[in-house]
Amino acid sequence: MIIYRQSARVLVQGITGKQGTFWTEKMIECGAQVVAGVNPRRAGETHLAVPVYATAKAAMAETPFDIAVMFIPPAMARDAALDAIEAGAKTVVILTEHIPVRDVIAIHHAASTNHTRIIGPNTAGIVTPGEGFVGIMPGHNPNIFQPGEIGVISRSGSLGTLICLNLTRAGIGQSAFLGIGGDPMIGTTTRDALKALDEDPRTRAVVLVGEIGGAMEEAAAEYASGMSKPVVSFIAGRASPPGKKMGHAGAIVSGTVGSYDGKRRALLAAGVVVADTPAEIPGLLEAGLGGAATQSEVMAFRA
Amino acid sequence: MNFLEVVAKQRVLAPAGIPVPRSVHCHTAEEAALAFEELGPCMVKAQVPTGKRGKAGGIKPANSATEARSVSEHILGMTIDGHAVGSVLLEEQAEITREFYAAILIDFASRRPLVLFSTEGGMDIEVVAATRPDALRRHLVDLDTGFEQAAAFAMLSGLDMAGTEQRVATVLAALYRASAGTDAELIEINPLAVLADGRVVALDCKLTLDDAAAFRQLELAPQAAAEPMTDLEREGAENGLKFIQLDGNVGVLANGAGLTMTTMDVIAHCGGRPANFLEIGGEAYTKSEAALKLVLSNPGVKSLVVNFCGAFARTDVMAEGVVTAWKRLNPAIPVFFSIHGTGEDEAVRFVREGLGQEPFDLMEDAVQAAVNAASSAGAAR
Repeated sequence: MIIYRQSARVLVQGITGKQGTFWTEKMIECGAQVVAGVNPRRAGETHLAVPVYATAKAAMAETPFDIAVMFIPPAMARDAALDAIEAGAKTVVILTEHIPVRDVIAIHHAASTNHTRIIGPNTAGIVTPGEGFVGIMPGHNPNIFQPGEIGVISRSGSLGTLICLNLTRAGIGQSAFLGIGGDPMIGTTTRDALKALDEDPRTRAVVLVGEIGGAMEEAAAEYASGMSKPVVSFIAGRASPPGKKMGHAGAIVSGTVGSYDGKRRALLAAGVVVADTPAEIPGLLEAGLGGAATQSEVMAFRA
Repeated sequence: MNFLEVVAKQRVLAPAGIPVPRSVHCHTAEEAALAFEELGPCMVKAQVPTGKRGKAGGIKPANSATEARSVSEHILGMTIDGHAVGSVLLEEQAEITREFYAAILIDFASRRPLVLFSTEGGMDIEVVAATRPDALRRHLVDLDTGFEQAAAFAMLSGLDMAGTEQRVATVLAALYRASAGTDAELIEINPLAVLADGRVVALDCKLTLDDAAAFRQLELAPQAAAEPMTDLEREGAENGLKFIQLDGNVGVLANGAGLTMTTMDVIAHCGGRPANFLEIGGEAYTKSEAALKLVLSNPGVKSLVVNFCGAFARTDVMAEGVVTAWKRLNPAIPVFFSIHGTGEDEAVRFVREGLGQEPFDLMEDAVQAAVNAASSAGAAR
């Protein structure tokens, strides 16, 4: 499961911590079905009106869940993720940033063996306006998220939030926000997210928010070339110097790999409209959906 | 984080059982002259964490103690690719018959470790891949089976190895174990040399450790080579802030990597030049005061954009920090805000009441105003 649905039962790993508590309250307030939490030292207690277990496996045995979301520090993230995967979670949302690469490899290996969907690491979460969210997004803020028909994919939480806010202010609601994470080795790639929105009957068009670094936007462009739904993109990092990690571990241009120009070229060649600034996106979407769907007309709109 | 050749060889390769040449690590020309007495004819190699040493003249032979002294003196005075040479490694000269290439890295696309081997050592692996693909082998490691001697031996099959298969397979398996044990993102031996006496020896080694694993690489991580940083970048790092100093005139203070990069992009789009990258997202969102001081210390800054969009980070906490610090520091440059998301109403009130100004609705408008202010400040000079 990549798109969040309210029917999903949610387990919060690290539910008793400061951030775990704060965001679990927000998730519940927003409609999420949080059924249990994990903290080995608080097993048997009740926190935010749900039972706390020592492990995800123990939780699954008594209080089955579909999605596990992790509020777990980097050094413990591997064990927590493996616990959730082995417990049989369908999806594990890994918010943690700075997990060692070897641990991330071990997590992805276990996930592929167990057919578990990993979202992240270093994601801000997934939001479906009108249904709820899982993660650390302001899914409860109606100025930012409103139900609608636009799917939004973003590696960045802050930039994804700005893009959704701009859409909402332009009167354009969202069918789903998919935060996929700023790490270089994430479980759900831009292409995976794009395919999920392409197959989602509630989504009419997609906003794809990428960044410099890696080759995920190029892979997504290949998929987009066969899509009939319009795709509007913004790629962050055009003005960033090469060879530096721009905050996200994945956002680095090394040699010719990961450059802004390469991504822009690939997206344009696939028929994706590429915005120069975030504020252009609502207008480009309306142009794309309003019948003026050909590339040249959209380009004319921009000029 | 990157490491000097000497650290990679002595702390990682040698303990893993991978042969390295006899060597002495020297910090002065006098030490080098003494080392020659021990080693005999040797190579003097600049110790800097960059691959451009040879081309820059940072690797030279020495055939006498006098030469070891003069060559070392020269190399110790060099700056290579931005790194001042702080020490040299004197290594015994080797009679090389073949040069191979071996590396373990992470393949992000397949999410697995990748072993690379080539019979064409001594040159960039990208060049080998382009010109001699037949000499290159790639092996993606299956975590269930690992990468032992047998897998390494199989990988070499069909290559022109001149009878060194077993010895090289031993090195590859040891290198894989070392890379896993040290949380290496990249460990590269180039060249892996076959000597006239039949030994297989690592003549050079590049090691990059996963920054995120520093907490458990307690012996190795503190020995990482210093990153080339400006004084301000170092100050940022010490405060837990990721700050990159650029040569523009519009300062940037934003939360989250994506939003910060975008703010820089919009500055460039509006005809300005960003003066820095600095994000205070994630857990760092309470550090806006320290962040503001950093941005303002950059001498090129003529105006500032503060662009917050709160998801995890609370804009009220960030804005309060900025406004309080701004009033205390009282800088002589103009600042332009755009604030949305978690805590927005409070944040806007802080700016309005504290600085008597109204944040811009669109970040693009705040950026345009800052670019205009910076360029008129430049014109007034």
